[in-house]
Amino acid sequence: MNKVLAWVDQRLPIIKPLEEHLTKYYAPKNFNFWYYFGSLAMLVLVIQIVSGIFLTMHYKPDATLAFSSVEYIMREVPGGWFIRYMHSTGASAFFIVVYLHMFRGLIYGSYKTPRELVWIFGMFIYLALMAEAFMGYLLPWGQMSYWGAQVIVNLFGAIPGIGPDLAVWLRGDFVVSDATLNRFFALHVIAVPLALIGLILLHIMALHEVGSNNPDGVEIKKTKDKNGVPLDGIPFHPYYTVKDILGVAVFLIFFFAILFFYPEGGGYFLEHANFVPANPLQTPEHIAPVWYFTPFYTVLRAVPDPFLGVVAMGAAVVILFFLPWIDRNPIKSWRYRSKLHKFSILYFVATFIWLGYLGVQPVTEFNAEMGVRLTEVYFSFFVVMWFSSKKRSAATALITFAIVMGLIVAYDLMRVGSLNPNLVWGSLAIPGIYLVVELLFPIFTNLDAEKEVPQRVTG
Amino acid sequence: MKRLILTGLMLLAAPVSLLASGGMHLDKADIDLSNKASLQRGFKYFTNYCYGCHSLSLTRYSRIGEDLGIPKDILQSEVIFARDEKGEPVKVGSYMKTAMRKSYGDQAFGKAPPDLSVVARARGSDWIYTYLRSFYLDPSRPFGVNNTAFDNVGMPHVLWELQGWQVLKKSEHGEGHGGAGELELAVPGSVSPVEYDQIVRDITNFLTYMAEPVREKRLTTGVFVMLFLFLFFVAAYFLKKEYWKDVH
Repeated sequence: MNKVLAWVDQRLPIIKPLEEHLTKYYAPKNFNFWYYFGSLAMLVLVIQIVSGIFLTMHYKPDATLAFSSVEYIMREVPGGWFIRYMHSTGASAFFIVVYLHMFRGLIYGSYKTPRELVWIFGMFIYLALMAEAFMGYLLPWGQMSYWGAQVIVNLFGAIPGIGPDLAVWLRGDFVVSDATLNRFFALHVIAVPLALIGLILLHIMALHEVGSNNPDGVEIKKTKDKNGVPLDGIPFHPYYTVKDILGVAVFLIFFFAILFFYPEGGGYFLEHANFVPANPLQTPEHIAPVWYFTPFYTVLRAVPDPFLGVVAMGAAVVILFFLPWIDRNPIKSWRYRSKLHKFSILYFVATFIWLGYLGVQPVTEFNAEMGVRLTEVYFSFFVVMWFSSKKRSAATALITFAIVMGLIVAYDLMRVGSLNPNLVWGSLAIPGIYLVVELLFPIFTNLDAEKEVPQRVTG
Repeated sequence: MKRLILTGLMLLAAPVSLLASGGMHLDKADIDLSNKASLQRGFKYFTNYCYGCHSLSLTRYSRIGEDLGIPKDILQSEVIFARDEKGEPVKVGSYMKTAMRKSYGDQAFGKAPPDLSVVARARGSDWIYTYLRSFYLDPSRPFGVNNTAFDNVGMPHVLWELQGWQVLKKSEHGEGHGGAGELELAVPGSVSPVEYDQIVRDITNFLTYMAEPVREKRLTTGVFVMLFLFLFFVAAYFLKKEYWKDVH
């Protein structure tokens, strides 16, 4: 056996890359709960690819057959229901895992020097994942598939000049139709997965080049022993492989609990209206995208002008790419940053979740107003991230506050005429409190005090 | 194009009252998918009362027979009345397609009655249960009936013989079904209201089974998968503990 391995290894790199990425890749020893989600994302990717391959054996990408072919899989293909639920639950699980993975990056500053490229590739993975999920969602050809795709493709139509032609080009038709279904199928099963795998390789290669961050935000490569092994590092294999197996066990318990006992996810993982075949002549009363898109969808709806809405939605995603250059604070982990920074991140997370909730709700006056306010907080977060990059003077604080708050109030004065003034001025507190705390508290409190970062990892 | 987007956005802003079953009060169907007798009765009522217009075209007779414990010869002699082009009774392996042609359905009802294979997943069991109990007399409608769960419904009250006829009493408090008023039985049918509720429950039970025939199997498989995963978790936990002994 060893002889065979040696023979092959002389002709093909096997042992060296295995060492580089597993047995001699030194990861910090203090990874905590939040560090499971990278490997879990890989697991879900494998689940999606394998279940996807089996689905394509039975699925028919044809507008007249697609809906019934999915039910054929559910009813007549042996084990087909299991494959299909794996794939539909996997789609939601992918986003849950990826959102938690991104949250980890946010709180421990994993996007900062020298890991900017890791973050950028990660953001591209996130974009590819959104495209993959969006196009996959059309394939069951239910009412929500159809009208969801209709609404999203129409968004591109809002771009001035090229928009309408672009939308036709994307659909391959003037409405979402068989042509659209066919191309979305091709993109969903070949193009985007290929891009995803390539991006994931880049993400991991970039990560292994610079080494993993950790909950303390300490660079373990700065303190090495005489053999050049980081003192706080342990080989990824076997330590983190066995630890990740534990994570996999826990994850699979949740994953299969949903798959077997709650596959519709209360109408969020499989939407009820998607059990009605697509009907181009009948618009459903309520079109809600799948839950993982809803935060950005609320941002879109918060802006009255369709084109500016698309711009705002796009900006909400694109701004994340620039996080490494917006947040210039040298301290990585929130453990050693100020209380105000922790408050800011938690406020942002609550905002993101609430934005997501609003995206599945019908628009009422109250919901619409909340959508506007939370969108303001969403973008203010990045101003605060920039602001807290270093100790700022009182003048900078006041000017920043005046500009952001001034923009918000100016916009309110423009729009308040047609709205309930109590609601508008009352809800001003949502961005107001956030901005006062984050921008003005540093002037007269020491809540912006930061802690010293230790030389070595703790715990 | 701008108008299309605006229309789209306006549709998204549709008020809550319009949402399918959104604000409406639904009665609890209280079904039991493990109750084979109820499912068999539901299947019987379905073929007697619904199948003339509605298909279950995604399922074969034989599958229902297997799941509900009905032998093939009984299916062939008691349930299958459909004929193929040669006039022969269709085989038990055939899909349950209604005899009504789509063109005829479109003509008679304005829109052909929909396939009910997955209706329970689209609308919910409680909705079906409420809907079938909420027909009331309304002379302004083509079939003389309306429905508090489905305003201006295009379907006649097929089960009138059993239930009788209900009328809508405007209630003073504006409470009750959708706030429209109370339904009252004006002309009793051949069965009592309690028996009628059970019949509707059986039909609901059957349609719920139909929407996901694999459900019972899914739940039992799930229990074993959970048991395995807990064991796997325990093994993984001790494996990790053993390896991490020397990390300080």
